Amino acid sequence: EIHIKEPIEKEVNPHLLPGELLLCEASTVYKYMQEDGSNRGTYGKLVCTNFKISFLDDDSASDDNEPQFKNKIVGENDITLQCVDQIYGVYDEKKKLLTGQLRKYPEKLIIYCKDLRVFNFCLRYTKEEEVKRIVSGIVHHSQTPKLLKRLFLFSYASAAPNNTDGRNQTVMFETLEDWRDELERTKGNVKYKAVTTNEGYRVSEKLPLYFVVPICISEESILKYEGRGIPIWCWSCHNGAALLKMSAFPKEQDDSTSQMQKAFLDGIYKTISKPPYELLKMDDLSSSLPSLQDIQTAYTRFKQLFLIDNSTDFWATDVKWFSLLESTNWLEIIRRVLKKAIEVAECLEIQHTNVLLIEETATDLCCVISSLVQVMMDSYSRTKSGFQSLIQKEWVIGGHCFLDRCNHLHKSEKEEAPVFLLLLNCVWQLVQQYPPAFEFTETYLTVLSDSLYVPIFSTFFFNSQHQRDTNKSGESLKTQSGPFRFLTVWDWSVQFDPKAQAFLNNPLYAEKPKPDRSQRKTARFKHQRQLSLPLTQTKPSTKRGFFREETDHLIKNILGKRIGKFINSSDEPPNSLREFYDSWHSKPVDYHGLLLPRIDGPEIKVWAQRYLRWIPEAQLHGGGTIATAAKILDLMEEVQSLQVKMDEERSQAVSGDIHSVPMLRNSARLSSLFPFALLQRQSVKPALPTSTWKDLEDEDDLVKRDDEFVDLSGDML
Amino acid sequence: MASSSTPKYNSNSLESSSSKWTLKDGTNWEQNEEIPRLPGETRVTDKDVIYMCPFNGPVKGRVYITNYRLYLRSVENDPVVILNVPLGVISRIEKMGGASSRGENSYGLDITCKDMRNLRFALKQEGHSRRDIFEVLTKYAFPQSHNSLFFAFVNEEKFSVNGWMVYNPMSEYRRQGLPNERWRVTFINERYGLCDTYPSLLVVPYNATDDDLKKVAAFRSRNRIPVLSWIHPETQAVIMRCSQPLVGMGGKRNKDDERYLDIIREANGQISKLTIYDARPNVNAVANKATGGGYEGEDAYPNAELFFLDIHNIHVMRESLKKLKDIVYPNVEESHWLSSLESTHWLEHIKLVLTGAIQVADKVSSGRSSVLVHCSDGWDRTAQLTSLAMLMLDSYYRTIEGFEVLVQKEWISFGHKFASRIGHGDKNHADADRSPIFLQFIDCVWQMSKQFPTAFEFNEQFLITILDHLYSCRFGTFLYNSEFLREKEKVTEKTLSLWSLINSEKSKYTNPFYSKEVNRALYPVASMRHLELWVNYYIRWNPRIRQQQPSPVEQRYMELLALRDDYIRRLEELQITNNSKISNSSTSSTSPSQMVSHVQTHF
Repeated sequence: EIHIKEPIEKEVNPHLLPGELLLCEASTVYKYMQEDGSNRGTYGKLVCTNFKISFLDDDSASDDNEPQFKNKIVGENDITLQCVDQIYGVYDEKKKLLTGQLRKYPEKLIIYCKDLRVFNFCLRYTKEEEVKRIVSGIVHHSQTPKLLKRLFLFSYASAAPNNTDGRNQTVMFETLEDWRDELERTKGNVKYKAVTTNEGYRVSEKLPLYFVVPICISEESILKYEGRGIPIWCWSCHNGAALLKMSAFPKEQDDSTSQMQKAFLDGIYKTISKPPYELLKMDDLSSSLPSLQDIQTAYTRFKQLFLIDNSTDFWATDVKWFSLLESTNWLEIIRRVLKKAIEVAECLEIQHTNVLLIEETATDLCCVISSLVQVMMDSYSRTKSGFQSLIQKEWVIGGHCFLDRCNHLHKSEKEEAPVFLLLLNCVWQLVQQYPPAFEFTETYLTVLSDSLYVPIFSTFFFNSQHQRDTNKSGESLKTQSGPFRFLTVWDWSVQFDPKAQAFLNNPLYAEKPKPDRSQRKTARFKHQRQLSLPLTQTKPSTKRGFFREETDHLIKNILGKRIGKFINSSDEPPNSLREFYDSWHSKPVDYHGLLLPRIDGPEIKVWAQRYLRWIPEAQLHGGGTIATAAKILDLMEEVQSLQVKMDEERSQAVSGDIHSVPMLRNSARLSSLFPFALLQRQSVKPALPTSTWKDLEDEDDLVKRDDEFVDLSGDML
Repeated sequence: MASSSTPKYNSNSLESSSSKWTLKDGTNWEQNEEIPRLPGETRVTDKDVIYMCPFNGPVKGRVYITNYRLYLRSVENDPVVILNVPLGVISRIEKMGGASSRGENSYGLDITCKDMRNLRFALKQEGHSRRDIFEVLTKYAFPQSHNSLFFAFVNEEKFSVNGWMVYNPMSEYRRQGLPNERWRVTFINERYGLCDTYPSLLVVPYNATDDDLKKVAAFRSRNRIPVLSWIHPETQAVIMRCSQPLVGMGGKRNKDDERYLDIIREANGQISKLTIYDARPNVNAVANKATGGGYEGEDAYPNAELFFLDIHNIHVMRESLKKLKDIVYPNVEESHWLSSLESTHWLEHIKLVLTGAIQVADKVSSGRSSVLVHCSDGWDRTAQLTSLAMLMLDSYYRTIEGFEVLVQKEWISFGHKFASRIGHGDKNHADADRSPIFLQFIDCVWQMSKQFPTAFEFNEQFLITILDHLYSCRFGTFLYNSEFLREKEKVTEKTLSLWSLINSEKSKYTNPFYSKEVNRALYPVASMRHLELWVNYYIRWNPRIRQQQPSPVEQRYMELLALRDDYIRRLEELQITNNSKISNSSTSSTSPSQMVSHVQTHF
């Protein structure tokens, strides 16, 4: 699989993956180094394949410095076609967006990537013919609509030998057993069942093959409206309260239809609000959270702040940085989503009610909220395999339309919205607020977000399980090896060697202490924190009434259109949420228990590693969180070697290998952008703001004063 | 009552947190006393009040006032709410409501503090109940206005180390390799005759006579002549500090000053120009000419290059902090946090100060040019710039003692007017001389330590403790405006140094992640992308924002350190038993003692 360059070969050739075809190329392309806005750079060849755009440095000597953290599939000068965000051409110093057909060919090409890299290529020294071919090739292959089957995923799957190792601990939720195990794990199996109703996708192509519903729901009701109006189980809390989601009915013009739907829903609610089911609270996410359009707009503005052309740009935007950030609204959206997740957690944990999330398709914001709630409430979701299983359950199998939301096929910009990125951004807030609570690092989240654009994994390249299944077998007759066997992104060995993979594991994470031999009799300490909360417990008798009264009103609204929040509705004491939040925060954190994000103004931060990692001006030489992380890794290494030594002493023999810890020698000189920036690129010069002056208009009188008014000329007399 | 108070004091309530570490700080709290007391601290009065807690609502409690602190303990709350406020922190005491005012809790006292909080106490309206408490508070919070002594002068604490010994100017200059053949130590200011706001000991160019210095003094505001702050061990380039030249409207020149600057330029053998950083914005420097000040003009100083660093004056900084307080206390501005933060300009000022210091440091280190820094008087912005540049260039100042030396040298001895800027014991809360210049400097240091978490020996608690005692008046360290005045008041004889407290309990202020790196210049990135509001200081009174202390990362690291030490110990034991078992047969390459000593060199 790995191509080794032949030493005699003079020409640099792209490293091609199985199934990857070279489509066009251009030589003597000059790639500017981003560093200083000067014209420093290197000559090389720019190529475009059916997988990536790649710049091949003529001076391959620079390969000497193997980075410690290297992606085996996408190199530092590779851009997968799906990773290209926007392409600009520069004509006489003017930037112009390149899409579709081109009449004139630019002198410079600027490629903005979805992983926030910016590439600047100068084409002035390239033959005109080659410029034409490469520019139109790149624009065509990365920016124009594409058929699903033309995704590299398929060529790769048919050409690559399948060598996925079965060691993956991620639960894929493709089988009935997976769902049953999950029910058992969360003790939801008393009131909920996994159903096979959708086998052959006879209920709906949007629903997964298997899913879980309340036991009392009949097969007929599931089939009646293609699964709409059916509460689908996401997760059960330790106290039995469950998180459910439901695909709402679209707004219906026809009165009789809507009457029927109302009656149907009425029946459903009646069934699932009777004991043994808990009280039900609903939340129509389409009205209580920002719309997908809002999210897309905010992110588009937000990412623009990090796609920086040069140093001047960086410092020019620095002056108004906070207001620029605020105007994108992205952090505010993150805050609102986190707040919603806290509300849901409060209902489940304190009020002991079931929560039903409602959304038109139940595959966007439902996924965000249900995943976040599980990350906060279920410490298993904070392990690597647990988190991956969660993404499988709620997103991949759950039917999030990755293909449309990422606009991988350039079909319609209207469908595009960074919903999954929103989740990762929210999870990052938790990771940075409670580092010891997660088995994975922020680097894990960053490379996961990058993997959204690597089309060799099927994980993020289908809209539904149905779409994947049908395309897996659809044309497979043409290939000799039977159905495609796609790779999953969770097999991290495809992208990273073990040394690099170690950066995905959090050294601060301490596994949940298992009741070991000596302490087996002590009670499981799970949910210790919850037990210590002042339980404003359920008041069953009165709350039952609450639901009944509200039923009609709720149904009216679900059939109708916009509705207010049901969670935290007006008859709740308005500060119960605040009380829950404050009370939790006033106690020491149990990293294996409930975790609530802090959401006050200063607590919501920019995910610096993902967004600032390619910006040299933002680099701290020898600083950043990596500096402390490196110290911890060094110490862990030392502790482990001591452990080995101790074992040796005990057994008087050499012991076997141990869990690997990444080696970070000379850690003090690592850049804060590590592992994404390279050591040898550091400059010694400090970064100096070029534009710092801003008028303090409102303080004009103060500005003009001197520190202390003393007439010094008087002194001289 | 006393017996029940001990466990309660460990509660998680916000106010107790401050009391907790103050107590750990050495306050003696006898179990049979109602409140903690320092040696020399005496009870004055106490009274039942209602503490109007902005976070938890009204709290019934009893307030105790001593000659050092205001202490409140709630009587009904669980966990117990405790306030423990040194009186020195008080900036202003106001009466709210009158004898006839209606409404619950509308009659009482409103206390504005210098450390970003306000305290409100409601009292019973009967019989002038607040008059005596108001008078007692006023008397002890503002001793300067009542011709009485700061608490520092009656404090009878004892510490195992003497913090006054930390800074000895002669040994600090020796550490820098001074005097040498180009720089000499002068005692011309021994009796503060040349300049009463400078220290007695100064380092000046070898080639300048004391007579020259006197002539130069006549041309520099308040006689603050250019003197050496720091010398680069390799390039021999220096950081000099001074005040503005007295150029005035007429554009006066002074041959002695011009020659003196040239001597400085030549002292490191450089051919290039001397770089002068005027900390002020250009317009202000120009405006200063009207009052006799100004800056070094090109005609008069052809061998110097002048840059303005655009740092604003003390009034702008004071207003900025006031605005910051408005958005963080008592409630954190929610809906538009970022733009509100931006509108305070606080971080923007931090950015400018850091940018200036980076320029100074970079010029000296890589530009190999000597640098002269001044503002108007050379005791505010100048101190910020020189001390921050020194912190960037010299890793010694990043240790606990080194930082103490830096503060002692660049701030205290060179006459940063602590008394005027802080208003120690002075009731005139609206004094235009007050300004958070030193706080701003500490904030810059915090920003650097945040960006380089392994580069500083001290932790955040160290910086917060310094700021707390900047106001507390428990120590003599920050009292008075100049060395001259401190000597007159016999501060080192009659008071204790803050460094005694800190250095006798160093482990508390030590950053476990510190890795010593000698001779490494540390340049922070002065970009808004990295600058953050120092939440643990500015918003520490708000229980909703409070961060976990110590940070979980630090905690985990400490656990690992303990684990390592435990393993080393157990390994040693194992090896001893094994060795005795096998006696002579095992001859491993690493003997246990070798390995242990290797590992422990980290400490």
